[in-house]
Amino acid sequence: MPKVTIDNIEIEVPEGTTILQAARMIGGDVVPPAMCYYSNLKTSGGYCRTCIVKVSQASAKDPRPMPKPVASCRTFVQDGMVVQNTTSPELLEARKGVVEFLLINHPLDCPICDQAGECDLQNLAYEHGAAKTRYDFERRTFEKIDIGNKIKLHMTRCILCYRCVKVADQLTDGRVHGVMNRGDVSEISTYIQNAVENDFSGNMIDVCPVGALTDNTFRFKSRVWFTNPLDAHRACTKCTGKVVLWTKGNEVLRVSARKDKYAEVEEWICNDCRFEHKNMEDWNVEGARKTAHDSVISQNHYENIDLQKLKLEINRQIKHQGGKKIKEVYTQAQIENKK
Amino acid sequence: MGRKLLIEHVHVPGIETLEVYRSKGGYTSVEKAIKTMSPEAVVEEVKKSGLRGRGGAGFPTGLKWSFLAKPPGVARYLVCNADESEPGTFKDRYLMEKIPHALIEGMITSSYALGAHTSYIYIRGEYFYVARILEQAIDEAYAAGWLGKNILGSGYDLDLYVHIGAGAYICGEETALLESLEGKRGNPRIKPPFPAIAGLYGCPTVVNNVETIAAVVPIVNEGGCEYAKIGIGKSTGTKLISAGGHLNKPGVYEIEMSISVEEFIYSDEYCGGISGGKKLKACVPGGSSVPILPADLLLTTANGEKRMMTYESLSDGGFATGSMMGSGGFIAYNETACIVRNTWNFSRFYHHESCGQCSPCREGTGWMEKILHRLENGHGKMEDIDLLWDIQRKIEGNTICPLGDAAAWPVAAAIRHFREEFEYHVKYPEKIKDPNHFHKQSFLSSKQSVTI
Repeated sequence: MPKVTIDNIEIEVPEGTTILQAARMIGGDVVPPAMCYYSNLKTSGGYCRTCIVKVSQASAKDPRPMPKPVASCRTFVQDGMVVQNTTSPELLEARKGVVEFLLINHPLDCPICDQAGECDLQNLAYEHGAAKTRYDFERRTFEKIDIGNKIKLHMTRCILCYRCVKVADQLTDGRVHGVMNRGDVSEISTYIQNAVENDFSGNMIDVCPVGALTDNTFRFKSRVWFTNPLDAHRACTKCTGKVVLWTKGNEVLRVSARKDKYAEVEEWICNDCRFEHKNMEDWNVEGARKTAHDSVISQNHYENIDLQKLKLEINRQIKHQGGKKIKEVYTQAQIENKK
Repeated sequence: MGRKLLIEHVHVPGIETLEVYRSKGGYTSVEKAIKTMSPEAVVEEVKKSGLRGRGGAGFPTGLKWSFLAKPPGVARYLVCNADESEPGTFKDRYLMEKIPHALIEGMITSSYALGAHTSYIYIRGEYFYVARILEQAIDEAYAAGWLGKNILGSGYDLDLYVHIGAGAYICGEETALLESLEGKRGNPRIKPPFPAIAGLYGCPTVVNNVETIAAVVPIVNEGGCEYAKIGIGKSTGTKLISAGGHLNKPGVYEIEMSISVEEFIYSDEYCGGISGGKKLKACVPGGSSVPILPADLLLTTANGEKRMMTYESLSDGGFATGSMMGSGGFIAYNETACIVRNTWNFSRFYHHESCGQCSPCREGTGWMEKILHRLENGHGKMEDIDLLWDIQRKIEGNTICPLGDAAAWPVAAAIRHFREEFEYHVKYPEKIKDPNHFHKQSFLSSKQSVTI
C-alpha cells in the first residue's frame, strides 16, 4: 500500500486513492477545501481548483517535485509522495487567488440567498478569502430559470462546479441538462429549458455548493438557522427514505438528503420524499440532526457534550497538528490538566 | 538560400493534385516506409532526426511516439492537430492549402509507424475551404491506392478522415480536441492519463501538429541523421514561420533553424525589414501566447549573444529576458504600435476563448481584459498595473490546461518590459484617448527596455 506524507503527516492508503481522500483520512486542517469534487459522483472534480496542493516529491521512484500545483481530488497518490497543503505559503497564496476568482462574479447576495448558512462558498470565503474585493466592474447576471416546477436555477450565483451536470448525467436518464456557451458566460442549462423529469433530479439541489439550485418549495420560507433539523425516515419504494427534515414547530419546511461532514450527500433521495411529503405524520422522526458546532445552524440548539469524546478530539488535534488550534485557547498546563 | 523541405514545390502549378505532387517525388516516403522499413524503424528515424513538435510546446516527436501504449487488441489512433488558431500563426493553413498531399503523405507514413489503422485530421472550422481541398486530395489518394485496404500490397490498411471543428481555440489543446472529435463539448481533460495511454475513445492516441507530420516525409526520405544536420543543437531541421505585423514582406517562410533573428527580419530573402521605414519596437516571436520582447532583447540575448531562430536561443534567459519559439507566429511591431493596446487585444482573445471549465482562467481572463480595456482607453489607475501582475500570477500554473498560462504570459511580459508605457497610459489619459495615439509621435521609453 502506498505511503503518502501530507503536511508532514504520514499515512498509508489503498492503491488508487486520491490525495484529497488521503487527506480526509487524516482529517483536520490538512484537508484541502473542495468545491466541485463529490465522492459520490464519478469524474467530478478538477474544475474549481480550490483543492490544489503542492507536490514536493512525486514518488519514491521519481523524487522530483511536480512543476505546477495539482488538483488533489483528481491526482492519485503514489508511494513516497510528499504533499504540502497548509505548510506551503505560496500554495495558500495561490488558493487565495482561486477563491478571489470564484467570488469576483458571485453576487454576494447572501442576505437574501436561501443557501446562506449552509453554503460551501461562504465557508470557503470565510476561511481563505480576502475581506475586500479588488474587482470593481459590473458582475455578470443571468435570468432565473425554472427546471421543472420544483427546482429554481439562479445562474448568477453559480460557480460552474459541474456537480449538477454529473447528477443529471449519472442519476437521471435521458440527460437534458448540461453547460452551454463558454468562458465566463457559460451557463448551466436544460436544453431549451426542458424540465428534468426524473425521480432523482432533486438531488441537484443538494449537491449545489452555492445557492444556484434551490428548492422551489422552500425558497424564502425561512433562514436555515431558524429551522430545527431532524433526522427522519419513511418506508419508500424508490430510495432509502433516510432524510433530514428542516422544521419549524410542527411544520416541515424542507426535506433534504443527509450530508456528511464534507457536505456530501450520504444517500440520494427521491423527489417523492423530497417534495411530496411535507407532513410530520409522514415521517418517523429519529431525533435532532447533529450539526457541526461551528455551523451557524447549530446556534441556539443546545446539546449535552460528551466529555470523553471532547478529550479524544483534543488529543487527536494535539497529535496531528501539534495542538495548533488548541494552543490558541488553552495554555500547555491547561491541556495537561484536561488530560 | 536555405534548404526547403516542406514548401519547396509550393509554386509549381497544380501541386495540389496527386499527379503533379507525385511527379515531384511525392509519396516516396510511403513507399520507402511500407516496403523497406518496419514501423519501429520509422520511429527510430524520427527519434534520430531530433524533430520537435511544431505546434508550440516543442516536445521531441520521436519520444512522444515511443510513449504510445501498445496493448494487444486495442486500436491506436493518430490525430493531426490542424486546429491552428493561435493569433499570428498561419503556417499550417498555407501548407494544407498549397500542398495538401504533403500532409496526407506524412499522415500515412506516421500512421504506419504508429500502427494506427484509422487517423483523423482535426481542422478548425474557419478553414472550411481548406478542409474541402484536403478531402479532395484524400479522395485522390484513395483512388490511387495510397489509402484504404492493403496499401501497396503490404496488408497495411489505413482510413483517413477530415473532421471540421466548430470554431473554438481551446479545441487546439490536444485533450479538448479529442473530446470534440468524440462529439462532446470541447473541454480539456484532466491529465493524467495522457493521450498516449488513453486518448481518443479511451485508446492510445498520438496528437501531432500539421507541420510535424509533414516533416516526417523528408525525415523518412533522407534519413533522420541527414535531417538532424540542419539546424543548431537540439533545434534540428527546418521550421515554417508565419511572419506578420509591420514587416515589408509578411508571409510564410521556411527557415533552417540556424539563421539569426536579425537576418530573418532584415534580409531580403525573408521579411525585408520593418515597414514604413520605421524602427522595430517589439516582437512576439512565437504566436500570441509567448512573451513579447523589446527590440534589443529580441536581436541579442541578455548575455549579448546574437539571438538565433532556434528553440533554445529564443528561450534563452527564461521569461525574464527571453521568449519562446512557440508555433512560429512571428509578429513584429514598429514604433507606432501601442503595447497596451496589443496586450488588451490578446487578452480579449483569451477571454473570448476560455472554455470556462476551471475558475482561474474563466474569471481571470475576463478580469484582465476589463482592466486592460480601461487602461488603453485612458481610465486606468496606477494600481491597475500591479493588480494585473497579480492576476496573471494567480492564473499561471493553476489551471487544467495551458490556456491559462497562454493568457497570463503575454500580460506578464508586457508589464515586465513595457511598464513605462502602461504608466504613460495612466498619467496622460487625454493623449491616450486618440485611438492612433502612437502614430504621430511614438512612445519613447527612458530606458531602451524596462525590465523589472
